[in-house]
Amino acid sequence: MKKFILDLDIVENQRLNYQYVLLKLTHSETLPPILPGQFAQIRVDGSPETFLRRPISINFVDTERNQLWLLIQVVGAGTRCLAELKVGEKLNLIFPLGNSFTVPEDKKAQIALIGGGVGVAPMLMYGEWLHRHGYKPNFLIGARSEVDLLQLEEFSKYGKVFTTTEDGTHGEQGYITQHSCLKSLSFDYIFTCGPTPMMKAVARYAQEKGIFCEVSLENLMGCGIGACLCCVTDTTEGNLCVCTEGPIFNVTKLKWQI
Amino acid sequence: MADLTTKLGTIQLKNPVMTASGTFGFGTEYLDFMDLGRMGGIVVKGTTIRERQGNPYPRMAETSSGMLNAVGLQNKGVDYFVKHIYPEIKDFDTNVFVNVSGSTLEDYVETAEIINELDKIPGIELNISCPNVKEGGMAFGVSCPMASQVVKEVRKVYKKELMVKLSPNVTDIAEIARAVETEGADSVSLINTLLGMAVDAKTRKPLLSTVTGGLSGPAIKPIALCMVWQVANAVKIPVVGLGGIMNATDAIEFLLVGASAIQVGTANFIDPAVSVKIVEGIDKYLDDNGFKSVSEIVGALEI
Repeated sequence: MKKFILDLDIVENQRLNYQYVLLKLTHSETLPPILPGQFAQIRVDGSPETFLRRPISINFVDTERNQLWLLIQVVGAGTRCLAELKVGEKLNLIFPLGNSFTVPEDKKAQIALIGGGVGVAPMLMYGEWLHRHGYKPNFLIGARSEVDLLQLEEFSKYGKVFTTTEDGTHGEQGYITQHSCLKSLSFDYIFTCGPTPMMKAVARYAQEKGIFCEVSLENLMGCGIGACLCCVTDTTEGNLCVCTEGPIFNVTKLKWQI
Repeated sequence: MADLTTKLGTIQLKNPVMTASGTFGFGTEYLDFMDLGRMGGIVVKGTTIRERQGNPYPRMAETSSGMLNAVGLQNKGVDYFVKHIYPEIKDFDTNVFVNVSGSTLEDYVETAEIINELDKIPGIELNISCPNVKEGGMAFGVSCPMASQVVKEVRKVYKKELMVKLSPNVTDIAEIARAVETEGADSVSLINTLLGMAVDAKTRKPLLSTVTGGLSGPAIKPIALCMVWQVANAVKIPVVGLGGIMNATDAIEFLLVGASAIQVGTANFIDPAVSVKIVEGIDKYLDDNGFKSVSEIVGALEI
């Protein structure tokens, strides 16, 4: 897929809670094709501390409005700069980058999209894609507390939503990997993105049950286009760049201690 | 439009802007963003005699105005390069240099000998300055006798442009430059990354798996400028300047202190199309200031 460097216009900066913002961006021309699971390298012109671009998952593409959504978790200087952007300002993106989730052949397949924290970002776009193509995805979303659960209304448009919170303020209490639906339903495909311990727990569950499982990795990146070889992960084929061979990997390929 | 051509030892570049090894992959990664035919040259990823997996993740850390890397020369080895990569890149309309590294003297010689047979590769950049490998690499670049020896042996088998990439992690870089010039280097490129480290106070751990790594980016530009100036005053062969070049003005500063050409490195990560912009910016600077050719500003620093 051809990659572009584009200045996009910010049309909305929606604060979701104390830690998250949703940026909606548009462009004067039609946005290039983007696949679910892909990401963008975002330029942050803030300070000497934010020298490199930030890799951010593409949360959603609204083709009707020609908008691209980015879900930003404010964790450091770079994401703080992004969260403070105003409507009318521009943001420079290199995109679309990376691979995409595997599409199940059988439209009747039981599919679980499991997201934690900012890891829910790519799940919305993939969920919408699956829904649009006649699949029935299930969303399993975990968070610390109710206030940390993001975009639940959006998710519910495209499939069933199951939630857990650590403090029990929403859905079942506990971690998402403890949700009762993982016992009552039998899934054929699991796609997950979130904190590494969560993804490892999901991978362990999938491995025990023999379920197809893909994870989306968030390694630190230099270039995002396979040139610097900084973002590698250890796989059965040696060190592979997460930015070009990933970010989506089948768990059987990763040399994870799970 | 001014004459942008510059001579690098035995070959002529259409302009003084090259891309630095390790920051530009094999060039193919950048085809969506720029026309490689606009470049004076590109230096492709470090190649070694055998495949190397490099260092474990994390091998990169962002620092103030720069970054540390500890990739450790991950590459598939020279045979893979010859068979699978060379056919993809040999017809690029620019000078393609291969960066050659090694753990032993024999590794360097064997790799250079193999690359010597590739018609469309006009030169190599001998990497005696990688700070991220346990054996070889920088060890060859920090002592005059070792630098001399590796250049002398490679010179025997390598018949085309031999550019030697120097390490800044030395007491006197001009001395190393003179040593490699004596042994037949056609040009020198400098600086490679500076040895550095980053620490996470919260976890009390280093940010790189290897503890130390190589610092690049605008943070190192003043050091690079100074070293290019020192080396340009010490040798007769052309000097290729690099270290923190982010735009045309930075590039011009390197030309002024004596570089015949420059390399763009870390800036490629922030703007993959920056190299072409630097070519255009140099052209504009020459026109705006009434210079007819790049050669007029090489070493034109007024003191």
